[in-house]
Amino acid sequence: MKMVKISFLIISILFIWFAQNYIDPYALSILNNIAIFAILALSYNLINGVTGQFSLEPNGFVAIGAYITALFLISADTKVDMFALEDPAPIILAMSLDFLPALLVSGVVAAFVAFILSVPVFRVRGDYLAIVTLGFGFIIKILAINNPKYTNGAMGLNDIPEFSNLYWTGGIMILTMLAMLNIIYSKFGRAMKAIRDDEDAATAMGINTFWIKTYAFMTSAFFEGVGGGLLAALLTTISPDQFTFLLTFQLLIIIVLGGLGSMTGTMVGTILVIGGMEWLRFLDENMTIFGYETGAHPGMRMVVFAILLIIMMLFARKGIFQDKELTEIFKKGSK
Amino acid sequence: MILELKNITMRFGGVTAIDNLSFGVKTGEIYGLIGPNGAGKTTLFNIVTRNYTQTEGEVIFNHEEISDLKPDMIVQRGIARTFQNIRLFKSMSVLENVLIGFHNQANYTYFESMFRLPRHFLFERKLKKEAMEMLERFGLVEFAEVNATSLSYGNQRKVEIARALATNPKLLLLDEPAAGMNPNETEDLSEIIRRIKDEFGLTILLIEHDMKFVNNMCDKVLVLDYGEEIFEGKPSDAIVNEKVIEAYLGDFKHA
Repeated sequence: MKMVKISFLIISILFIWFAQNYIDPYALSILNNIAIFAILALSYNLINGVTGQFSLEPNGFVAIGAYITALFLISADTKVDMFALEDPAPIILAMSLDFLPALLVSGVVAAFVAFILSVPVFRVRGDYLAIVTLGFGFIIKILAINNPKYTNGAMGLNDIPEFSNLYWTGGIMILTMLAMLNIIYSKFGRAMKAIRDDEDAATAMGINTFWIKTYAFMTSAFFEGVGGGLLAALLTTISPDQFTFLLTFQLLIIIVLGGLGSMTGTMVGTILVIGGMEWLRFLDENMTIFGYETGAHPGMRMVVFAILLIIMMLFARKGIFQDKELTEIFKKGSK
Repeated sequence: MILELKNITMRFGGVTAIDNLSFGVKTGEIYGLIGPNGAGKTTLFNIVTRNYTQTEGEVIFNHEEISDLKPDMIVQRGIARTFQNIRLFKSMSVLENVLIGFHNQANYTYFESMFRLPRHFLFERKLKKEAMEMLERFGLVEFAEVNATSLSYGNQRKVEIARALATNPKLLLLDEPAAGMNPNETEDLSEIIRRIKDEFGLTILLIEHDMKFVNNMCDKVLVLDYGEEIFEGKPSDAIVNEKVIEAYLGDFKHA
C-alpha cells in the first residue's frame, strides 16, 4: 500500500512539473482551477462528509483568505491608487508579506474565525451549523462591501500580483490531500466518523465531541483560507460578488458527486465538475439548433449540474466512492 | 462502594420517572436492575453516565460527586456503557469500532498525526495490538476487518462490550445485554461477562429482563416499579417476593 501512495505522489509531482512547463495556457488555467477547487472541496469534505456536520461555510472562509492574501501582496503605492471610494486605513497600507506567509496568515485567520463560530454552534446539537455558516457567508460579503477603507468596497481588489502557478496550487493540493488522509487515519479521524455515525455512542466512548467537531471545522477553514489566497493570486482580481453561496454550492456538488467522506472521491468529483464546467461552456454561448438561434444564456451549464445533483440524490445518494477511499476499495476487491 | 446514588429524583415535565431512589453498588459486584418496562431503569443508566441530569440527588462514583461532569469525562473516570439497542459505528470495521474505545489512551496530538510524527505511529501500533487482543478475548479476530453491522446479533453485542471495555472502565453498565439472544448465545455471554469481570477487576451494573440470566449472574438485584424501589436483595429472593410478582404480573388477589 505504501508503494502505491509513493508512486502516486511521484506521478503527481512529475505531472505538475510537466504541465507547468509544456501545456498551453488555457489548459493550464483549467488545471489551476481544478487544483484550487480540490483544496477547497477536500477540506469542505472533512467537516461535511467525514464529521457529518452539515455546513455551508466555504464561501465565507475563501473570501477571508482571498482578501487577506490580496491585501498582503498588493504594494502600498498600488493600494493608494486603487482605493477609490475611501483612502485605505493605515493598517491596510502597512500589510505586506511574501506569498507563503501571506497564505499561512490567511489560513490561520480563517481557522481562528472558525473557532469563534464553533463555540456557540457545537455546544448544541442539530443543524445549527448550516444556518450559522450560511448567515456567516452573507455577513462576510456585507462586511466586504461596507468597509471600503479596508476592502475597497464593491469595487474589489485588482492588480494582485500573480503568484499562483501550478507548483503552488498543485503542491498545496497534494499537501491538503496528505493532511486530510493523515487526519482520517488517526484517532481524530475515527472520532469524526464516530460522531457522524452516532454521536451518543461516540460520547459514551469518552470522545469530547465538541473539540473533535471544532478541530474538523478549524482544519476545513484553514485550508479554505489558504485556497482563497491561492485563488486571489491566480485571478489577480477579487470582488465581494465572487464569494457568494454559488461557490459553496459548486463545492457541495463536488463532494456529493465524489462521495461524502471520501477524499479520493472528492478528487475525482473535482476533476469531473470543474472539467465538465469547461467542457459544457458551449451551453452558455449562442447555439444554432436546426437553424434556430437559441441566444446566449450565461449559467445554462449550471442547470446540467443541478439536474446531475437531482439524479444523484435519486439513484446514487452516496456518490461515486461512497465513504470509502480508493485504497480501501482496492483492498476489499483483493479479498 | 464504587457507585452510590443518594435520593435521586428525576422528573420529565410532570412525569416522575424516578422517585427518591437510593442504592449503592459494591466494588466487584454484579448488580442487577430489573423491573417492568418504563420502570426507569434506562433513565437511571443515563443519570449515571450524565446523559441526563437528575432533578434532585447525588451520584457518587469512587468517593467523588460526579453530577457536574460531562458524559465524556465520566468515561475517563472509569464508567463505560453499552446500549439497549446496539449502537455500533456503522461505517466502520469491527477493529475500528474497538479502536474508538481506545480514543483517550492514544496520547498523540492533532498535529502529531497530521504530520505523521513518531508518537502517532508509536501509539497507533500499540493500540492496534491491544485492540486485536481485545477481539481475541471475544473470539472476534476473524471479523476484525469486516463491517461491524454485518455481524450476527450476538457478535454485535460482543463488539459493543469489547468497545466499552477498551475505554478501561472500573464500572461497566450493560443495558439488556442478553436481549434478542437465544439460550446458547446467552450462555456464552454470561461466561464472557464473568471472565472479563475477573480479568479486568470490574464492577458490573446491568439491566436485564431474562430472569434466568439475572439469577445466574447477579449478586444482588434492585427491582424498580414506576421509579420506586420495591425490592433490593438476592435475586433468588426477588422472584418469590410478592411485590415483585405483583409488579410484573399484576395483582391476583383482586383480579
